[in-house]
Amino acid sequence: MTVEIREILKSHARLAVDVDALDDHADLYRAGMSSHATVNVLLALESTFDVEFPDHLLKRSVFESIESIRAALAELGEPVEV
Amino acid sequence: MKVLPALVLLTGVDLVAVASIRDSVRRFGDRFLRRVFTAEEIEYCKSRAPQAAMESFAARFAAKEATIKALRAAERGIDLRAIEVVRARDGACALRLTGSAAKAARAMGVRELSLSMSHAGDYAVALVVGASS
Repeated sequence: MTVEIREILKSHARLAVDVDALDDHADLYRAGMSSHATVNVLLALESTFDVEFPDHLLKRSVFESIESIRAALAELGEPVEV
Repeated sequence: MKVLPALVLLTGVDLVAVASIRDSVRRFGDRFLRRVFTAEEIEYCKSRAPQAAMESFAARFAAKEATIKALRAAERGIDLRAIEVVRARDGACALRLTGSAAKAARAMGVRELSLSMSHAGDYAVALVVGASS
């Protein structure tokens, strides 16, 4: 799942750094992701994983790192890689 | 002597590049608009000429983000459509909060929220000032 998340970030997050160089727990906002880019990432996640983020997941901390995004997708029913 | 309740001022500002909104519309089409704006906001912005429409969308996006900042609500889980920019007959704009945004405002004890938006060239900006007790 993190592979797809990283691809989405490369296409939509407009980070100031190379996504491949980021740790799964790295702060994406510190890496340059804006609130507007977050909406683009949200839309790409929803179409890629065929989910819809409910209100309680539309908060900054959910999109703060690759790991936090993975955890949110897991909550939405995507199978979690072991 | 009557003691007046302490008044806390709330402020939020956001700057948006008009081109970035245009880019999101190009990437995601109406899905981006429907995820961010209310039907009334989309109807108003789309009624304008193409460049003015993008400026209006950008200013409204900035208004929504500025409101979240003013309400210190980045962690409250707010649907951007719950923050709506409405226009009076004289053209003045104001905020209408519903659902999760209205709940956040109540939690902050917000008594008043005032909005100002502007755009020039490539950028749109919005300022939200509020008062809570």
